[in-house]
Amino acid sequence: MSAWAGSRHRIVRKIISYLMLSLTSLCALAVMGVLLFILGYLVWNGGSSLSLDFFTKLPKPVGETGGGMANAIVGSLKLLLLASCIGIPIGVIGGIYMAEFGGKTATFLVQFTADLLNGVPSIVIGIFAYTVIVLKMKHFSALAGGFALGIMMIPITLRSTEQFLRGVPVALREAAMALGASKWKTIVTVVVPAAYRGILTAILLSLARVAGETAPLLFTAFNNRFWSPGWNQPIASLPVVVYTYALSPYDDWHRQAWACGLVLLGMVLVTNIIARTVLSRGISIPR
Amino acid sequence: MNAAVGASRKMTSVPPSEPKGEPLAGLQTRLEVRGLNFYYGSKQALFDVSLIVPIHRVTALIGPSGCGKSTLLRTLNRMHETLKISRLAGKILLDGEDIFRQDVTRLRRRVGMVFQRPNPFPKSIFDNVAYGLRVNGYKGSIAEAVEKSLRRSALWDEVKDSLHKSAYAISGGQQQRLCIARALAVDPEVLLLDEPCSALDPISTAKIEELLFSLRDNCTMVIVTHNMQQAARTSDFTAFMLEGHLVEYQPTEQLFTNPSDPRTEAYITGRFG
Repeated sequence: MSAWAGSRHRIVRKIISYLMLSLTSLCALAVMGVLLFILGYLVWNGGSSLSLDFFTKLPKPVGETGGGMANAIVGSLKLLLLASCIGIPIGVIGGIYMAEFGGKTATFLVQFTADLLNGVPSIVIGIFAYTVIVLKMKHFSALAGGFALGIMMIPITLRSTEQFLRGVPVALREAAMALGASKWKTIVTVVVPAAYRGILTAILLSLARVAGETAPLLFTAFNNRFWSPGWNQPIASLPVVVYTYALSPYDDWHRQAWACGLVLLGMVLVTNIIARTVLSRGISIPR
Repeated sequence: MNAAVGASRKMTSVPPSEPKGEPLAGLQTRLEVRGLNFYYGSKQALFDVSLIVPIHRVTALIGPSGCGKSTLLRTLNRMHETLKISRLAGKILLDGEDIFRQDVTRLRRRVGMVFQRPNPFPKSIFDNVAYGLRVNGYKGSIAEAVEKSLRRSALWDEVKDSLHKSAYAISGGQQQRLCIARALAVDPEVLLLDEPCSALDPISTAKIEELLFSLRDNCTMVIVTHNMQQAARTSDFTAFMLEGHLVEYQPTEQLFTNPSDPRTEAYITGRFG
């Protein structure tokens, strides 16, 4: 008998190999399946309510069919704009500080607090914005909602900006400095451009994450059945509309809630696709 | 080994040595290092190094790994300052002026550097060469200056039709010549090269060596190399370093044919290192 395994052993190995392969493929399929199922379910239930009116008209009172969600769509966009104004600059510039300037203690402290902030339940951030802004101003406002969402964006953009900047090879920094660039100029002209794809992806991820948040908006932006001019009044947003409409007893409202969900998902999907197309151009560092 | 350490102790106890400049009689000095001691944290990496780099010549620094040749090179344009734990005592003069009293960005424009691995920026070939011109606020035509330095680095004919393509699209040897072109664009008086061929194949290496030879009329060069043949081929003067000490500094031919220090002889004949 030879010292090497016989044919039976080889067959067993092949079977195990195929088993593991099918298991991993199955898990991969499950991930895709969940997304496709949600998307399909949204289209199935909400697709029929989508029309031009949905994007251009205000909601109709109960009992009347038709109407749209233009105010909630614009409201969500306005809230995200406000959130970006807070979350992106603080996150990105803070990330630059941590990756390029921060000492050990400072960096550790900022990392630690950012990670904690990332773990704070969104409703707690809502209460915080409520206390800091709504109670002071004595009314709900788009400003308060945008503030709450902006705070949620900070830790995500901060940590990922830091990670991507740290990924830029030291050799590139040295090359720039050896040419007479100051530290700040090196960061602005070489380090950040080399990492901007990653940073942009992180920003989009954080936007996508807060775009669907309902809890922090319930008692900050509140809701509004009409247009909300300016930034100082209660404002409608897609997630809050989904929340209120889905809880209502009316079939028509349920359909509209599904449609809102579909639009929300569509918005996130479209931004992702645009970003990926933009990012695939230009020169990247080969890995 | 122990003998070498003992010798080093003896050397640090004497007052700063005179620059080993005798073989350089009649040549104008571009860079002068005087009594340089260098520390990484508490570890001393250079011991009382003194050296004169003559103008428009190639000076090679050779020695085994960890002997401090790269460290010495990096002090010459103050790149060591990017490491917070580094500390230095001694003087370095560029054209008679103390480099530590100059604005560091201006110094680095005058003393350029090429690194071990090609490190082009993730930008186009053109923008890579133009980078130094732009950060230093060059007033003339950037396109002309880019063409000029690509020609000087013998890369122009190979890349003139793809100036706006990625700098990563060309071969490693071409990338290294691009890095040389990038350093040359700001018209430095001195070019420091830190083992510029160690990541390249023999053909690309030969091209770079040829290039160094053609550049020496307008530029003073200091090259760190592991490769003794390369030092012999490319340099006019060679300094041999060991454990942070400058052991011997001679015209290249003399150092390789008739070294005065037994340690140099042991190294170049391959008995250690």
